[in-house]
Amino acid sequence: MTDTASTVKVSRSNRPRENLTGWAFIAPLGILFILFMLVPILWGLYLSFTNQSLTGAGGDLVGFDNYAEALADPDMWRSMLNTVWFTVLSTIPLVVISLALALLVNTGLPGQWLWRLSFFMPYLLASTVVSLIWVWLYNPQLGLFNAILGWFGIDPVTWLQDPDLAMLSVVVTTVWWTIGFNFLLYLAAIQNIPESQYEAASLDGAGRWRTLTSITIPQLGSTTIMVVILQLLASLKVFDQIYQMTGGGPAGTTRSAIQYIFESGFTGFRFGYSSAISYIFFVLIIIVSVIQFRITARRSA
Amino acid sequence: MSTETQHMTVPATARNAASIAPKRRTKLGPAGIAALVVLIVLAVAWLLPFVWAIVTSLKSETDAASASLWPAHGFTLDAYAKVLAEGNVPTWAWNSLFTSALITLITVLTSALAAYAFSRIRFRGNKAVYIVVIAAIAVPPQVLIVPLFYEMLAMDLVDTYWGLMLPQVVQPIIVLILKQFFDQIPVELEEAARVDGASRLRVFISIVMPLSRPILAAVSIFVFVWAWNNFLWPFIIINDPQLMTLPVGLQTVKSAYGIQYAQNMAMAILAALPLIVVFLFFQRQIIKGISTTGFGGQ
Repeated sequence: MTDTASTVKVSRSNRPRENLTGWAFIAPLGILFILFMLVPILWGLYLSFTNQSLTGAGGDLVGFDNYAEALADPDMWRSMLNTVWFTVLSTIPLVVISLALALLVNTGLPGQWLWRLSFFMPYLLASTVVSLIWVWLYNPQLGLFNAILGWFGIDPVTWLQDPDLAMLSVVVTTVWWTIGFNFLLYLAAIQNIPESQYEAASLDGAGRWRTLTSITIPQLGSTTIMVVILQLLASLKVFDQIYQMTGGGPAGTTRSAIQYIFESGFTGFRFGYSSAISYIFFVLIIIVSVIQFRITARRSA
Repeated sequence: MSTETQHMTVPATARNAASIAPKRRTKLGPAGIAALVVLIVLAVAWLLPFVWAIVTSLKSETDAASASLWPAHGFTLDAYAKVLAEGNVPTWAWNSLFTSALITLITVLTSALAAYAFSRIRFRGNKAVYIVVIAAIAVPPQVLIVPLFYEMLAMDLVDTYWGLMLPQVVQPIIVLILKQFFDQIPVELEEAARVDGASRLRVFISIVMPLSRPILAAVSIFVFVWAWNNFLWPFIIINDPQLMTLPVGLQTVKSAYGIQYAQNMAMAILAALPLIVVFLFFQRQIIKGISTTGFGGQ
């Protein structure tokens, strides 16, 4: 009690000085934050109510016209649905396979260094490098995948040009590229499970499978929640690899929300409209975050 | 004393991950052998794209344009020689290196200063400002590209290094991670120095920063990798080939090289090498970084 009283006294006597120091410490970040975060957030919101074009023409307030147009725009909805579809298709394997890889690597096999390197290395590559390599692998005539299919007498497949296969092909690339991050999160979590729990289980005569399902998997609950949340948010923001591998084609089947924002702004020259779609997309992300938060809160309650 | 306090402050996950070795070494029974086989198959599958890219890059263009696994004319470094001689690859690699390094430096420095203030200094508005910064984590940077570009036009920063770098240095997630770390450092360590009359800045530089070296290293590596691999913003803001970063440069010449598969793959390998080398050197810090912070982004 007396302790708190004395700190309050001390801090009160230092108040003006502490205020100044505090603001001085946050000033460098603060200025950058205002310039490159707050200003664009507000400017974007303002732009979304104008007919501003890239060339500087326009700029008149048009009320909710952009939003009305976007909500009636089948291409906008298509790009949003593509994004959601990509998120569903990619999140499931990126969570399940990364867990399986971590469990396999953790079985105490030799060569830990090599396994970690194999599964994590792709995560370090730039999207351009990843797409260069995978477009080559998917090449209908010369690619590795069709060569392998050829050994089994299967006809060549047009991986990225077939509307039914293009999204799936991009998902496979994404899983290869980004799984290393989830894999390491799981590996670290598995290795943090107290050894005593395994000892107790083995005294009780629990087998491998029983240990896995009754100890390891349940202990990974909070890690799984974190992995899923991070993965959903990352997948919703997909753009780079799809844009570089398919350009959004064939026939718009892989065009993402970010690509639509980019195209309406920078090739369609409609900054106002593009900003409106940005904000609709932002709302989608917030909705997903809120749903996740609810589910997580209920789980941990 | 300093090693002792480091152990006190580093979260348990970090310590375990630092010695990220399997706890149980099981004897290779039938199940172990099965696991090993599955693992080998998967690792081969994961490495195959690299191997295929390397093999292609070592072929002559004629051989690359036939699906043979073994080149009829033997292996050659022609593709690499051509890419390095004709292209801007060395310029782009340099641009990537120095902009990523500068982005990392500015991000980590400004974030650490702010995080320290949020964690330790009781000033008016501390909480409110912190909440605003943290709320910004939810904002996907891609959503800001249009207004940011417009702002850059207004500031006359389109097609400049500053225009490329500045929007990338605001990373609220880094502030969050650093603040949580600073919160765990015992206040007592600073109090003695404060009583002796050391300023906040002095305490920050000579006590807090050295104690935070592991987390600063981890965070720096992440910011560097994100900056190095970032595509959308550099793609939008830079048109001058002399100012492009590697990912953007590669994207522009991909079509120029067209059907020259060996050269395409040589470029991919050259662009991948620096970060793979970085990974081999900093494997520990990267893994520690992932397991302590739990954040990576893509």
